[in-house]
Amino acid sequence: MSTIVFMAKRSTTDVKTLEAAARRIRGRLVRMSHEAGAPHLGSALSCVDLLVALYWNFLKIDVEKPMALERDRFILSKGHAAAALYATLAERGVIRDELLRTYGQDGSSLPEQMSPGCAPGVEAATGSLGHGLSLGLGMALAARIEGRPSRVAVVLSDGECNEGSVWEAAMLAAAQNVERLVAIVDYNRWQATGRSNDVLALAPLADKWRAFGWDVHEVNGHDISAVSEILRRVPTSTGNPTAVIAETTKGRGVSFMEDDNNWHYRIPNAEEVEAATRELGLA
Amino acid sequence: MRNAFAQEISRLAAGDPRVVLLSGDIGNRLFDPFKNDFADRFFNCGVAEANMMSVAAGMASSGLRPVVYTIVPFVTTRCLEQIRVDVCYHNVPVVIVGVGGGLSYAGLGATHHSCEDIALLRMLPGMNVVCPGDAVETRLALREALSQSSPTYIRIGKKGEPIVHEHDPDFRIGRAIVVREGADVALVSTGNMLPTALDVAEALDEKNVHARVVSMHTVKPIDEQTLAEVFTQSALVVSIEEHSILGGLGGTIAEWCSDQAEPTAQLLRIGTPDEFFHQGGSQVYARQQLGLDADSIATRVLESFRSAGSKRNNS
Repeated sequence: MSTIVFMAKRSTTDVKTLEAAARRIRGRLVRMSHEAGAPHLGSALSCVDLLVALYWNFLKIDVEKPMALERDRFILSKGHAAAALYATLAERGVIRDELLRTYGQDGSSLPEQMSPGCAPGVEAATGSLGHGLSLGLGMALAARIEGRPSRVAVVLSDGECNEGSVWEAAMLAAAQNVERLVAIVDYNRWQATGRSNDVLALAPLADKWRAFGWDVHEVNGHDISAVSEILRRVPTSTGNPTAVIAETTKGRGVSFMEDDNNWHYRIPNAEEVEAATRELGLA
Repeated sequence: MRNAFAQEISRLAAGDPRVVLLSGDIGNRLFDPFKNDFADRFFNCGVAEANMMSVAAGMASSGLRPVVYTIVPFVTTRCLEQIRVDVCYHNVPVVIVGVGGGLSYAGLGATHHSCEDIALLRMLPGMNVVCPGDAVETRLALREALSQSSPTYIRIGKKGEPIVHEHDPDFRIGRAIVVREGADVALVSTGNMLPTALDVAEALDEKNVHARVVSMHTVKPIDEQTLAEVFTQSALVVSIEEHSILGGLGGTIAEWCSDQAEPTAQLLRIGTPDEFFHQGGSQVYARQQLGLDADSIATRVLESFRSAGSKRNNS
């Protein structure tokens, strides 16, 4: 029988280890963007700590058999940040470093945004926004029907909450009491071309999810321990799905990228990669 | 056809615990037996079709066999992106069932007409497009669709259509059914026009023109073997569909013809014109106005047949 890797109790003791993993993931992301000429680095850096909390402290996955039926499911619905998922899966040991190095290159099986089944651990090909929560809801309902314990986590961007389908999914999940579903909004307050609270009337975001019938938690999305603590309450005892409004900073971890929306599209040059690597303590 | 669908899905769900039914707030009372027997496998997803389609895709990717049901425009064009990305790109076996194909809901206006859905869905990689000709074909199509590993769109009419098949025909997706033999012309029908195609054949008999009638229930993948047969054995082939002449069955056959090395027999496409229908009234009335009643079709077929014959004699 294979080992289910689940380290729910380790977040407090090992938080420094997890923070180091997050720094290494960020270092990978900066290099990947540079080498592949791929945009959306700011978006990827924004959600790294959420992915670390999920992959080390929440998701029950077998690293040896990442697609086993009993697994928990994770969907990165903000598909433009796919690099963050790839790098996390590599850091977690689910995919090999050699595969990660092909990212975005001609003929690579790791496109800038995920294709179906492009790597073990990739549950859905996102990239068109507003699909992931519905897909995750379908997976959570399937687990319920089949009597599996699987839980489903979905990370959305704040800009993604512009899509009406997100709110369609929110209403159905609440109506169906899908207590094993958790939506985490990476609330960095930027979307592609403007502040996410200005482009559409997004705020008050937590109130919106609450009004839609979800158990809502607001948290510093870079505090791995705090995020992990909230995730530990899923599945909820209320029967409601869980929404985590994660306050984040776009470009987090690299001072000259933080909260600068130019890094939605900009590609770091060699000097910037070096500076970022130094800042992350990886040089 | 919708009652046949409702009965058949209950039957299939009894035999397969993976079958799940998702409905877009439609089918009041229609699914009561299903809800009664399989409460945990029925989901009224509300008037929110985009989410419903992606939920079905998520279920299918987890090993279930979801069937998504609502009125054609809402289960096709309303959520086309979800079908394209979540169903087709992921190649998961979601069965999409659209009720009210073509002009079935003529009286509700063009918002509820569906004369573009076959064209749109057959463009999507991996999607089977099946338009049963009667209630019998509807049952068999559902059965077949649920055995596929790829997605299938089933376009049905409403209720009370004539039954064409007295016995279950050999029904396979991608394999046409010859319903009636005739040596002169071939009437190739898809979907709820099948009874009309038979009426056309009767009318042609009276003019001493004998028509083979083919139920081309599957528009994609098209049955190329049957097309090769009808185009070599008939002087005129007529496609008949309650759908735009652009991109549906007629469009599919025209594409096939243009790919043949040798010129084929003549093709006449019968369908709705490239415009919205604005008038009120019944399906029968709408069909008459658009030339889709048996008399209008028979007249056009005779004209084309005679003109094809005189061309043959002159050459």
